[in-house]
Amino acid sequence: MAVERRGWHVRAVKLWLPLGFFMVFNLFPFYWMTITSLKPNSELYSRKIMPLVVYHPTLEHFINLLTETSFLRWTYNTMLVAVVSTAISLIFGVMLAYPLARMRFAGAALISFAVAATYLVPQPLLFIPLADIINHLGLGDTLTSVILTYPTLLVPFCAWLLMGYFKSVPHELEDAARIDGATRLQTMFRIFLPLCIPGFISAGIFAFTLAQNEFLYALIFLTKTDVRTVPIGAIAELVRGDVFYWGQLMAAALLGSIPVAIIYSFFVEHYVAGLTSGGVKA
Amino acid sequence: MASAHTQALPRPVLRPRPAFSLRRWTEREGVFSWLMVIPPTLFLAALVGYPFIYGIWLSLENRPVAQAGTFVGLANFITDLHDPVFWQVAQNTFVYTFSATALKMAGGLALALVMNQDFKFKNLIRAVMLLPFIIPTVLSTIAWMWILDPSFSVINWFLIHWGIANPGPSWLGNPSIAMFSLIMVNTWRGLPFYAITLLAGLQTISPELYEAATIDGASTFARFRYITAPLLKPVIFIVTMFSVIFTFSDFQLVYVLTRGGPANATHLFATYAFDVAMSGGQFGLGASIALSMLPPLALLIAGMAWYMRGEKT
Repeated sequence: MAVERRGWHVRAVKLWLPLGFFMVFNLFPFYWMTITSLKPNSELYSRKIMPLVVYHPTLEHFINLLTETSFLRWTYNTMLVAVVSTAISLIFGVMLAYPLARMRFAGAALISFAVAATYLVPQPLLFIPLADIINHLGLGDTLTSVILTYPTLLVPFCAWLLMGYFKSVPHELEDAARIDGATRLQTMFRIFLPLCIPGFISAGIFAFTLAQNEFLYALIFLTKTDVRTVPIGAIAELVRGDVFYWGQLMAAALLGSIPVAIIYSFFVEHYVAGLTSGGVKA
Repeated sequence: MASAHTQALPRPVLRPRPAFSLRRWTEREGVFSWLMVIPPTLFLAALVGYPFIYGIWLSLENRPVAQAGTFVGLANFITDLHDPVFWQVAQNTFVYTFSATALKMAGGLALALVMNQDFKFKNLIRAVMLLPFIIPTVLSTIAWMWILDPSFSVINWFLIHWGIANPGPSWLGNPSIAMFSLIMVNTWRGLPFYAITLLAGLQTISPELYEAATIDGASTFARFRYITAPLLKPVIFIVTMFSVIFTFSDFQLVYVLTRGGPANATHLFATYAFDVAMSGGQFGLGASIALSMLPPLALLIAGMAWYMRGEKT
């Protein structure tokens, strides 16, 4: 009995207490985002009433966001850009990772070094020259500008992640296909790539969330309402001068987060596998 | 006929070597590899390599926006060195990077150790814990902006309500508190990445090591000091390297929460370069500020690599 009680105490102190603290710390902003978006302005801007609960929930901010701003357009843009740049990045990622992981060729070390180096180049180092280049190409205020530049952030990452995955696949099946006369391209498409679907899901999810998260290039390249993405639209158009439309801002933040959260929830294990492969396997 | 038959057996190599076959050529390992690798490499060279070099060139020019530039040598860098804001920015960036990285490492390690125990709903809790890292930064930062609002901060509501402070601190309006707030938000966002990666690292450590150490009488602290810490070191190194690079070059958080204010107290290299180049229209000077990130960043990483020498495999 005494042992049992002591065990319970120890567990509370070693596990549930710190876990509870981290849960509250990590999740409070999302809770706050949600309830703020549901509060009527009278509750939002009152310093008297207890702020942690909503007394008269309303969908007013959501309705205003969807009818008075271009939020749906921004969501469409964000999705389009994220999907296309993820697809490009996966294709380029495979083209880099397959030879680097499965073949021996002169210059392989150089290429893999270059890929790692581009991965580590921070975005703020490139945005000024890129802004100039995009202007010269006449791509300012087009979604093409971000569809072209996002893969520069995603390709090195996808290539790196896929290389790790590709290396773990045994060689026998490919060897058998080659002996039976399949070309290298056939071996890759028919035999090898179908084995690597989990790797693609990991890399794809990761690339997708990174593309949704990007802010700096979108801020610089996209200055017109019609081409903006959700983060840029929210920051640029729901804050007018000193006026913050808090209810709508929160509604936008919440709605903007939902697609990522849903996709993430379906593929958590793949995501975690991708996230940790970089650090743990290296 | 018979003679023909006898001749057929040791048929000499008369088959002419086929003329150049494209198909056979592309089947060679080296050729196939390069054909695959060239398109993405060209893509990265055009949109990462070229802008990088072009950025160096821009930093040597006096280049007002949308006008032709004139070569000015190192004048932009000399201007930077005489600019008191530049030095404040450098100091801010170091304070921000070191504090946030240290907090993320300590908090992330703590969370990883806590989560390395057995408990119910472990996978669910792990998934939920990662949310700050998944949700687009700008969107969660909007929530923080409201949490830290000067008039309606929820933190201040409690401080006032419980009689701790009245009025509560101005989280983003006071120069030193603003930096603290930014570090807190950055830690909030990056901590889960640390925690989950370190947790994965912890799970690769064989439990037998701990059992053996326990039998030999090692305390909890000793087990951490002599088993966990050394085995986790390579993972910590990789995670810290990423964290340092992306914290040092952070833009979004600062841009959304303070735009570098109050009085430049929270400007980092990236936001200052943005201000000078985009708002001020001085591309050359802005590029020189952005490029100034490179030497300290390279030194930090080299220093870490030197510290870790011999640890990796």
